[in-house]
Amino acid sequence: MSEIASQSTARVDLLLVADIVDRGARVLDVGCGDGALLQILTRDRDVDGRGIELSQAGVNGCVAKGLSVVQGDADTDLVDYPDDAFDYVILSQTLQATRRPRQVLEHMLRIGRRAIVSFPNFGHWRIRTELMFRGRMPRTEALNYSWYDTPNIHLCTIHDFVHLVDDLGASIDRAVALDRYGAKMRVNAPWWLWNMFGEQAVFLLHRKRG
Amino acid sequence: MAIISVQEADNPSSRIARFGPEKPLQMDAGPLLAPFSIAYQTYGELNADRSNAILVCHALTGDQHVASAHPLTQKPGWWSAMVGPGRPIDTDRFFVICSNVIGGCMGSTGPASTNPETGSPWGLDLPVVTVRDMVRAQAMLIDHLGIETLFCVAGGSMGGMQVLQWVASYPDRVFSALPIATAPKHSAQNIAFHEVGRQAVMADPDWRGGRYAQFGVRPTKGLAVARMAAHITYLSEGALQRKFGRKLQDRVAPTFSFDADFQIENYLRYQGSSFVDRFDANSYLYVTRACDYFDLAADYGGSLARAFVGAATRFCVVSFTSDWLYPTSDARLIVHALNAATLPVSFVEIETDKGHDAFLLDEPDFIATTRGFLESAAIARGIVQPSKAAAAK
Repeated sequence: MSEIASQSTARVDLLLVADIVDRGARVLDVGCGDGALLQILTRDRDVDGRGIELSQAGVNGCVAKGLSVVQGDADTDLVDYPDDAFDYVILSQTLQATRRPRQVLEHMLRIGRRAIVSFPNFGHWRIRTELMFRGRMPRTEALNYSWYDTPNIHLCTIHDFVHLVDDLGASIDRAVALDRYGAKMRVNAPWWLWNMFGEQAVFLLHRKRG
Repeated sequence: MAIISVQEADNPSSRIARFGPEKPLQMDAGPLLAPFSIAYQTYGELNADRSNAILVCHALTGDQHVASAHPLTQKPGWWSAMVGPGRPIDTDRFFVICSNVIGGCMGSTGPASTNPETGSPWGLDLPVVTVRDMVRAQAMLIDHLGIETLFCVAGGSMGGMQVLQWVASYPDRVFSALPIATAPKHSAQNIAFHEVGRQAVMADPDWRGGRYAQFGVRPTKGLAVARMAAHITYLSEGALQRKFGRKLQDRVAPTFSFDADFQIENYLRYQGSSFVDRFDANSYLYVTRACDYFDLAADYGGSLARAFVGAATRFCVVSFTSDWLYPTSDARLIVHALNAATLPVSFVEIETDKGHDAFLLDEPDFIATTRGFLESAAIARGIVQPSKAAAAK
């Protein structure tokens, strides 16, 4: 799952996510890939980290690093986790590849006190331009797949995501958009600007109700 | 062969710990078993901290000879792929203990052992054995060896059940656990196959109500049939097809008889007949029964997670895609419970067509995963690598 977004942007994204997590927290990383984020969290932030990863190669790599990672699928296996089992549940660059993003988010908010979600923004101006002027399905550095072989079956814009969060009755504690160079965009920029110029976004959420 | 196997039951070609009347084994069936014996092998050396001991638990018809030649068949140790110098369970680094289970026939007290009260083999007079009994006896052996905490308890199939039972019974004594190709309980299908095997043994006229030794006979035909049926469950349909298909055995056309025309028939007959040379029929009844009775959640009010609450053991659970005896869904029950009990758990499903028996084989992804798990656990436990230990000297 780690290969879904391009590597260069993923690194910045990982550090940003790692920064949000409190020291010593209990963390579940859904779609943890080769365990890069979990390793940063356990090594530098004293986190009790667990992971779920679909690929056998990813799981093997994680287990060899001493990480506790379970081979599984975000779409089907989150249901097995008890309520409030973690301080944070992280979904890094994976939301758009799930079959049921809404249910995955619901489970994350149920399992964790907080959820951290990062995803590529399909509202970025380059993507809009591709569709508008070339009339082809957009293919960018960050989303470098043809329409017929992409694992990213549920792409959304930052705007779309904010709507879904609202629908789920969750609150946004923090939101960060990264431009195409991986730099944080101005905090006080309006949503439409983020939606236009943010190449990816990171959201920290928590449940409002229940 | 019959005489030799009786000898192994009382005087095994391995170490043996004998527990006298002052140290009885409390059995789940009720009685105290005393005296009793545990036959075991060790490999490697216990370090000064006594922190590098790994207990390997064997499967249904396995034995203590995990990494050395079997005394009756002379075949290499049954887990040579996993245990040995430079293997994941590295005998240059770890002190490896493997004991024959209670109810077995290779030197630990079982139905083939002599009942001291009668001077004849126990036969069916031995109380029925459970997986928990096996583990309780192993814990007494570990005490006897002066080891407080095991670095790891590892095992596949029935050995995996013992691993789960170890953590449930002695959470403070297991640093890491490696249950492989196993289940938290026996399913109806598992029990059904075992019952077929037991009925085959008991239908053999030479079984004589379990007293065959007194009559100087052995129910070899029944036991061979039991093994043939069981052996099918250890393989996968795909592997059988690939290996045998409909190929004929040393002939070009069917003989229109009940000879072993097909290679698969010949193979199974061989598996059956070679098994009876090394295994005791009554022992087969006892070990299959122990698996059937295994239902860890039932001992904890129906909640498997409760069996693990309070333990801090780090787990690596492994299943195999083509294992239909203990399928991945069984492994997921274990993982689910461990997660609910907040234990650190890793889980991997290995892609293979080799069925349940894959855990005994040199499957590269399986070996790599277990190696990585044990390596990182050894670092966490502060067990030095053999090369570094040598350099320090």
